[in-house]
Amino acid sequence: MAKRLNQIGVENTEEHRRQYRQVLFSADSRVKKCIGGVIFFHETLYQKGDDGTPFVQTIKDKGIVVGIKVDKGVVPLAGTDGETTTQGLDGLSERCAQYKKDGADFAKWRCVLKISEHTPSALAILENANVLARYASICQQNGIVPIVEPEILPDGDHDLKRCQYVTEKVLAAVYKALSDHHVYLEGTLLKPNMVTPGHSCPTKYSPEEIAMATVTALRRTVPPAVPGVTFLSGGQSEEEASINLNAINNCPLARPWALTFSYGRALQASALSAWRGQRDNENMATEEFIKRAEVNGLAALGKYEDSGEDSGAAGQSLYVANHAY
Amino acid sequence: MTHQFPALSAEQKKALFETAHKIVASGKGILAADESVGTMGNRLQRINVENTEENRRAFREILFSSDASINQSIGGVIFFHETLYQKDSSGKLFPDVIKNKGIVVGIKLDKGTAPLAGTNGETSIQGLDGLAERCAQYKKDGVDFGKWRAVLKITDTTPSQLAIQENANTLARYASICQQHGLVPIVEPEILPDGDHDLQRCQYVTEKVLAAVYKALNDHHVYLEGTLLKPNMVTAGLSCSKKYPPQEVAMATVTALLRTVPAAVPGICFLSGGQSEEEASVNLNAINLCPLPKPWKLTFSYGRALQASALAAWSGKSANKKAAQEAFCKRAQINGLASKGQYVTSGKGDMAAMKSLFTASYIY
Repeated sequence: MAKRLNQIGVENTEEHRRQYRQVLFSADSRVKKCIGGVIFFHETLYQKGDDGTPFVQTIKDKGIVVGIKVDKGVVPLAGTDGETTTQGLDGLSERCAQYKKDGADFAKWRCVLKISEHTPSALAILENANVLARYASICQQNGIVPIVEPEILPDGDHDLKRCQYVTEKVLAAVYKALSDHHVYLEGTLLKPNMVTPGHSCPTKYSPEEIAMATVTALRRTVPPAVPGVTFLSGGQSEEEASINLNAINNCPLARPWALTFSYGRALQASALSAWRGQRDNENMATEEFIKRAEVNGLAALGKYEDSGEDSGAAGQSLYVANHAY
Repeated sequence: MTHQFPALSAEQKKALFETAHKIVASGKGILAADESVGTMGNRLQRINVENTEENRRAFREILFSSDASINQSIGGVIFFHETLYQKDSSGKLFPDVIKNKGIVVGIKLDKGTAPLAGTNGETSIQGLDGLAERCAQYKKDGVDFGKWRAVLKITDTTPSQLAIQENANTLARYASICQQHGLVPIVEPEILPDGDHDLQRCQYVTEKVLAAVYKALNDHHVYLEGTLLKPNMVTAGLSCSKKYPPQEVAMATVTALLRTVPAAVPGICFLSGGQSEEEASVNLNAINLCPLPKPWKLTFSYGRALQASALAAWSGKSANKKAAQEAFCKRAQINGLASKGQYVTSGKGDMAAMKSLFTASYIY
């Protein structure tokens, strides 16, 4: 949050963080149609609005499910090329039980992998898959739906095919681990990266190609029992994240899970810069947020007609020609 | 392991994809006519027919010379090696007879079980030696898909981690080699129905086995869109005291598959195991009516469950050929309907009673 506030010249105080979340949480009933869950940070779960209403209450009153980040960040895996695992298993059961009492019904745990010449290594894949499965198992024991997030960073110059290949390997390991740990898949959600080229890849790909690569990877690895896949936005801009999600939902391959969003920056960037820490800007900032929420709600149904250049047919011919999935 | 070294070209993938989809096209399943010499001996003995090459040929001819309209229900036929090089009475090679009906020709590729030392009577499957060369030859001889049967059993101590791991691995090696030679691999991890375990136990074991199979296929870079799965249905053990209606079998089966089989797999062709012809059809039908999503084709790959009546009608006498063919065509047609959930049984049709049974007792 420090980084976000720094970017708009706002001091990172607890009060500012509270005010900012209030901007988002005070959105009116329009968000009911497009937001099904909100992931909280621990501090925010116990904060209140100006009128004294706990944020948890405000969200629940809108019929939206409350979730909580439960991991405790990355730690290095010695002997690897700068790879990590994620900590947070200690006392996780007790924490989940408490969060459940305090109104949370789902949780999120983020693992991180990266693509480079020699990564992700077999150890990184195995260890992160295992820790995700332990987390998921513990969550379910406490009535909490685990969102499983094995993020493969977009950093690098690799192409779309490489990302697809790595994503398939990672997800296969994740679902084997979930099976080994007896996790009830119908009560989980997946939060993966979309399959995209690396940020510094010289080749550009259309949203249709990204969609095809993404859906192909998921079809090869995510059991249909999983109810939904909620993509992370990674480094994508707000519009990019919406257009790609829309293309995914228009991909001509059969998609047995819901394909939707779990966006942070891609939902908040405009709201943040509209707010700039000024109370007078609150309503406008909230409107910006609602706008992105509605756009992504449409994208999740494949119904978002973006105002940008119509790639339409040209976009389609690209993906058929180049990429053997 | 982070770089892809593509196992298949786009053209190879396309060919495998199309063959797999052709085999499980809507309303179609597979005739498993790949009984080994020994197994065929068992079948023939039951109808008092001598197990000679000619008798084996004659019976397969009865099946294969059925009217071409059989291709509405049969998308593929699995051959045994011997049969692939036999001919019908007019001198035509059997694979050509089948191909001319627009049906895909397959071949049994495994070489039977071998014991896994240190386990409770568990086995692995042999057949990897020279498999690439054999696949290449079969491809030249008209074959477009292969079949490899791994076997696991349920007891107090089995299947063990080793048995699951080893059989999943050999299945994946076989699948990888097949695809390199343009053959669609049918992956068959059969969990035997022997035992007194209940439906829940079979479901649990099936889920563990299939998870291991698909992890192995992924590890071995197998192109899932160009494969088929041939699993057991999830059923209670043959000596289980509790009986389950088809709807529960269906629910347990589809649930297990939803939890383990990626949507990229085009089709799942159940083995019939110890089931009777009618049982196998009724269960397949219930599976296709199960109120859960079903992103793959759910059809049949039946041996006994397609041939039992035909075999009995034939009894080794050429005069009975027509009757035997009719019996076979009838089962094929019924199973074709069952693969679409359109098989209306003539038997007791108390569907409502059946429904209430499964919702009450069984948590999946």
